Amino acid sequence: MEKTDRQREAVFAAIENVAARLAEAKPYLTELDSAIGDADHGSNMDRGFETVVEKIEEERDSDIDDIIKAVGVALISEVGGAAGPLYGGSIMHASDQLSEGLTPESTVAFGEAYLEKLTDRGGASVGDKTMVDAVTPAVHTYKKSIENDDLPAQEALAKAVDAARRGVEFTVPLRANKGRASYLGWRSVGHKDPGAASTLLILEAILESAEDSLDESDLEQDATSPTIPDEGKEE
Amino acid sequence: MVGILVVSHSLKAAEGICEIAAQMGNADVPIVPVGGGPDGSIGTSVNDISAALDELGDADTVVILVDLGSAVLNAETALDQFEGEAAIADAPILEGALNATIEATSSKATLESVVSSAEEASELSKV
Repeated sequence: MEKTDRQREAVFAAIENVAARLAEAKPYLTELDSAIGDADHGSNMDRGFETVVEKIEEERDSDIDDIIKAVGVALISEVGGAAGPLYGGSIMHASDQLSEGLTPESTVAFGEAYLEKLTDRGGASVGDKTMVDAVTPAVHTYKKSIENDDLPAQEALAKAVDAARRGVEFTVPLRANKGRASYLGWRSVGHKDPGAASTLLILEAILESAEDSLDESDLEQDATSPTIPDEGKEE
Repeated sequence: MVGILVVSHSLKAAEGICEIAAQMGNADVPIVPVGGGPDGSIGTSVNDISAALDELGDADTVVILVDLGSAVLNAETALDQFEGEAAIADAPILEGALNATIEATSSKATLESVVSSAEEASELSKV
C-alpha cells in the first residue's frame, strides 16, 4: 500500500514537472513550429498540460494506470492540433500496461504500446521528421537497457533520454513526409521537428523527477515488481 | 439515411462548405459543420467532433469529410468513442462534400456508396 502511495506521488510529481517544463519551453516550441508548422505547438502543449494538472487532482487516490489514462483523456480534449490525438491517444492506449503499477517490465510495455499506437494513428515511420523519430530510439533503448543489459530503470531511462536527444537532432536535416511541415517540401530541411522536441522535453522532465524520487525513497527498489525476484538484478 | 459531417480547421470554412454542398442536397440530408480548436483558434477539437457525431448519429450513419492532418487524427480519435456507424472519406473536403451530399439524397444511399462518391472527387479535373 505504501509502495503504491509513493509511486503515485512520484507520478504526480513527474506530471507536474512535465507541465512546468512545457510552460517554460512554450516560446521555444512556438519558434520551432513557426519555422515549419502552424506555430501552435508551444501554446497547445502548454494549455494541454495545464489542463492535465487540473484534471488529475480528481485522481489523487486512483491507481497509476487510471491517473495516466486521465492524462491522455485531458490531452485529447484540450490540445487540438495533431499533438492532441497523438500524445493523448497513445498515452490512453498505453496506460493499460500500468495496471500493476510501475515496474521495469510494465514501463517497457508502456513504451512499446505508446509507440505502437503513435505509429498506427499517425502513420509516420522513422525518418519522416516527426515525434516518431524521438520516440522510437527512446523506446528501443529503454527496452534494450532493461531486458538485455539489466540496467536499473532509472539508468535505462537516462539512456532513453539520450537516444531521444539524438533522434531530435536526426530530424534537422530531414525533409518532412508527414504533418503540416510536409507541405513545405524541401523548405522543411534544416529545422528541428517540434513534436520530436516536445517529446524530448517530456522525457527529460520525467527523468529529472525520477532522479528526485530516487534520492528520497529509493525508487529503484520501489519500482521492482514483487512478483519478480530482486536477487541478482544488479549483477 | 446518411448524414454528412464536415470537419475543417476553420468553422467558417466548414460552414461555407456545408452551404455550398447543401445546395445540391435536400432537407432530408443533414450536413453539419464543425471546426476550430478546443480554445476556438484554428484547429480541430475531438470533443466538438464527438458532439457533432452524436447529433448526427440519429441519421443512422455518418460520412466525415476532413481538411488537413490533425482533422483526420481528431476525427479518428472521436470515432474510437462513437458507437454509431461512420467513416472518414479520403477526399478533397469541398468537392467530396458535394459528391457525398448528392449521393446521400438517393434513397438507396449507404455508408459505402456515399464514401465512394466522395472519394471519386479525388479524380475530378478542373481545367
